Amino acid sequence: MLEITLSALIIIGALFTFIGSLGLVRMPDFYTRLHGPTKATTLGVGSLLIASMIYFSTQGQGVSFHEILVTLFLFITAPVSAHLLSKAALHLGVESLSKPPPEVERADADGAGTP
Amino acid sequence: MKRRLLPHPILTPILALIWVLLSNSLSPGQILLGLLLGWIIPIFTRPFWPERVTIRKPATLLRFLVVVLYDILVANLAVAWLILRGSHHIRPAFVVVPLALRSDLGISLLANVISLTPGTVSSWLSPDRRRLVVQGLSVKDPAELINTIKGRYEAPLLEVFESC
Repeated sequence: MLEITLSALIIIGALFTFIGSLGLVRMPDFYTRLHGPTKATTLGVGSLLIASMIYFSTQGQGVSFHEILVTLFLFITAPVSAHLLSKAALHLGVESLSKPPPEVERADADGAGTP
Repeated sequence: MKRRLLPHPILTPILALIWVLLSNSLSPGQILLGLLLGWIIPIFTRPFWPERVTIRKPATLLRFLVVVLYDILVANLAVAWLILRGSHHIRPAFVVVPLALRSDLGISLLANVISLTPGTVSSWLSPDRRRLVVQGLSVKDPAELINTIKGRYEAPLLEVFESC
């Protein structure tokens, strides 16, 4: 029973990670490509970590909580890197399917884009 | 005097908890060491945290966290579905969200949450910190998206970190 649960969690995790990476290929422009890796992968890595937590907790060496920290750090770092990539792309004027709002360009033209 | 010895009362238990999780044991020695680190680290990193963080309504914060976790789950399924259906069905758009939040921590938490939840990535903050540009993967109605962000995520953050 335990093994079935663990296998299911690992397969779900792998599936979502794969879909997230697939997004990189299938999406049409830079900004939409950002969505796959930042979101679909959080659930993927999440269920892999839950599987790891259950496995190591049932090994008889006490409860394993490392994985909570991994999740926490992932949730902090993934959005930050996505934000910076996206901000850099807006600054450089990377081609996009949707029109960026005018104030971004204005701020960059003034040279006021730096805080 | 109190501020110099204990600049961030909230940071101490959080750091202690992280230490206990890292060492993966609940022995008294590790807890003590965690508390010690939680006391010393904020003193040395005081220049990085000029604002003193206060949490006003813990219950609201907890409810907010549950909502966000649920939304992350839904976001994953929604984005996975959009990716599998292919790029003909998406309608990307940039949306400008006017911010009511003022504190650095509040804004960065909001931006993080936006990036983690359904089909949106926060991509640009105006230099005056009044507007946040959000990139949506499949936006049907920009006004509705702004309302959702403001009502679902910004309102609780305002209550917790900046209520008067």
